[in-house]
Amino acid sequence: MESTSPLFALRNVTKVFPGVRALDDVRLELYPGQVTALVGENGAGKSTLVKTMTGIYQPESGEIWYDGQQVTIRNPEDARQMGITAIHQETVLFDDMTVAENIFAGSYLTRGRFGNLDWKAMNRRAQEILHDIEAPLSPTAMLSGLSIGQKHMVAIARALSVDARVVILDEPTAALSHHEIHELYELVRRLKARGTAIMFITHKFDEIFAIADRYTVFRDGAFVGDGRIEDVTEPELVEMMVARSLNETYPKVEAPLGEEVFRAEGFSHPTEFADISFAVRKGEILGFYGLVGAGRTEIMRALIGLSEQARGEIYIEGQRVSVRSPADAVQAGLVYVPEERQQQGVMLDMPIYQNISLPQLHRTSRAGFLSTRNELAVARQYGERLNVKTSSWSELVNNLSGGNQQKVVIAKWLATHPRVIIMDEPTKGIDIGSKAAVHAFMSELVQQGLAVIMVSSELPEIMGMADRMIVMNEGRQVREFTRDEATAEAIVSAATGVRA
Amino acid sequence: MNSIVEFLKRREVLLGIVVLCMIAIIGSINPNFLQIRNLISVYNDTSILIILALGQMLVILTRCIDLSVAANLALTGMVVGLLNAAFPGFPVEGLIVLAVLMGACLGAINGAFVWLLGVPAIVVTLGTMSIYRGSIFLLSGGDWVNAHQMSPAFLAIPRQLFLGVPVLSWMSLIVIALMVYITRFRPFGRQFFAAGGNPRAAFYTGINVGFVQFRAFVISGALAGLCGYLWVSRYAVAYTEVANGFELQVVAACVIGGISIMGGVGTVAGAFLGALFLGIISNSLSIIGVSQFWQMAISGAVIIIAVIANSRSEKKPGRIILREAVAADAIDESARGDTRPATGQ
Repeated sequence: MESTSPLFALRNVTKVFPGVRALDDVRLELYPGQVTALVGENGAGKSTLVKTMTGIYQPESGEIWYDGQQVTIRNPEDARQMGITAIHQETVLFDDMTVAENIFAGSYLTRGRFGNLDWKAMNRRAQEILHDIEAPLSPTAMLSGLSIGQKHMVAIARALSVDARVVILDEPTAALSHHEIHELYELVRRLKARGTAIMFITHKFDEIFAIADRYTVFRDGAFVGDGRIEDVTEPELVEMMVARSLNETYPKVEAPLGEEVFRAEGFSHPTEFADISFAVRKGEILGFYGLVGAGRTEIMRALIGLSEQARGEIYIEGQRVSVRSPADAVQAGLVYVPEERQQQGVMLDMPIYQNISLPQLHRTSRAGFLSTRNELAVARQYGERLNVKTSSWSELVNNLSGGNQQKVVIAKWLATHPRVIIMDEPTKGIDIGSKAAVHAFMSELVQQGLAVIMVSSELPEIMGMADRMIVMNEGRQVREFTRDEATAEAIVSAATGVRA
Repeated sequence: MNSIVEFLKRREVLLGIVVLCMIAIIGSINPNFLQIRNLISVYNDTSILIILALGQMLVILTRCIDLSVAANLALTGMVVGLLNAAFPGFPVEGLIVLAVLMGACLGAINGAFVWLLGVPAIVVTLGTMSIYRGSIFLLSGGDWVNAHQMSPAFLAIPRQLFLGVPVLSWMSLIVIALMVYITRFRPFGRQFFAAGGNPRAAFYTGINVGFVQFRAFVISGALAGLCGYLWVSRYAVAYTEVANGFELQVVAACVIGGISIMGGVGTVAGAFLGALFLGIISNSLSIIGVSQFWQMAISGAVIIIAVIANSRSEKKPGRIILREAVAADAIDESARGDTRPATGQ
């Protein structure tokens, strides 16, 4: 069926990080003049793939073929010179430079015998490229003054400033308005007409069918399937994305549901989320599912008083409480186990016992003096309860595995006797054994009458642990499922905005 | 109108106005200050600070700091001083080249630690600062090299007048011109800004950030070496404590001049004016009877004010997730973007 051979291909490529096979024997083919949509859940290996294609990561094994030859891409500069360019999810540009300099950084235009920078030529050429893509930007404007959408335009102009033959668009529309998205499509069509091979990474199904010629599906770092877009339907794609051996078992224990312990009403933020209202009962695990960037973490931060612009009301056991800071939240019995464990959860260079006693030093100290003995007692009590594996409670947290660090964070908050515990991606980046331990402990907590709010991007985790789940899409709660109603397809469809 | 306001808001312009006001005030109290000869003399006294501040600027642009500049200056100064005393016949031009090369090597040691071993610059240069300073004592045995031991040519060069201005001042002017050229017209000059402004983006762009930092240290070191000769020749003495603590003045000049300690932001004009500002304070306030301790207090206050002025508004807007917000933002921004005056290059 194919009229041409692929311009760019990966064969049997594997990339391993400690503890994870980020890419496991994958293949990929990109054809000139065609758009290939790369589809997969969070953690399917898409970002790793992009970094491997642009020389940021080196694969452990496998072959990269480009233009009929096997090649090695040693670094980003290599990739750029070969004509492989990526527009990354987070724009990697220079805020304190002009639009023109951002476009030409790394391959400046020069003139004369001495190779002096030719700003006039760069500004002129930048103007031409910007005009080409119909981006109404001045080449001499500073980047820091531009919106995210405009920065994307600059990134695209940058990709076009070199003779790009392979263009990777990593979720380029995530931050664009409708109008900008249409401009982007137009741009992609023009690139296609030039014979550029395009890889388009997106979570949005309407986009795949609007723009792609081919699709490739990844799941858990492995290749699942590919083909022509005419030969596939939305439900089939969803199934390829999520179908997994559901033989992972979760230590879910049904706990008796008590009365409502926490209620959030009318939470809104000018740009991040709107109309968020929900309640949790004693003994309940409430799951929040959505794609990365759907606004889940932003909501959780607002609940514990970390967002100045957010508005909304919180009721604990029916009583209205004012939460303006995490200290207020802890006081009200609402604690947050953050996603960014090492940055926000633990003090890496402090011993375990000091980490655990930190939120309640006033309680462990005697007559205003710190009491190591009391701190150690608290640490032992809760550390043992969570089964933190360590030779000593005086061990630095830095020396623990990710899973045990997470247990330290949970122990710390548990020691404050909370009523509601929010866990944001509680098992992100931790080994399977610790994962199971965290899950088992969650079940234990709700049995003791706590309420758990769990944010997760892992479908099996949500489906395995939550009693009820709220699905988020672009800052709004779009569907709610009970445990019995939920199916993988229905949840993913809601989260990706597929029309039912 | 709008562009005039934008122009006045620029750090360098503001600082330039402050410097002019200072000159005017000092001049109104003591008119002698405004004599051309005196102004040249004040500038001449500030030349070494200016040269060092420009080298430091490159280092700070790459998110590093070089605390060893003053010790580097003192060590190279001692070496050329000792050589001149031992071999009075050796041409002074050769000694100047030697000073620059030696300074560059000392800077390269700093840079290599930062680049190849990833040691934080403040730690490396704090260490080499002591090592270089200690080496002076080892070389000289604690002795001074005095004016009578130096050859007339060695002492004469910085003092020679060219168009009525001492060579020392001309040297700083040449360094200023070179720095303007490098930071505006050389690709490698722009890399200092890229590496410090956004190291990750620089890496994605194919820039070796560590190597850029290394080069900044080499240039800073080379300029410190040049100043080593200039200092010893101008003050006609070399000893262990030469320019002790001067690195703080150099860093202060950069901070006052708006070189962001976070890297990536700064101009030659800023570093130059920052150094000039400190030079005027330390060389001129005494002639209108302001005590030295007030001078220190004024310098300190200005540094803090400069840092406050530098820190951008911390309040970050949230992520833009909601569809309406995304659309509104785009309309808003494009409306603003179209009326934005052209700035930059």
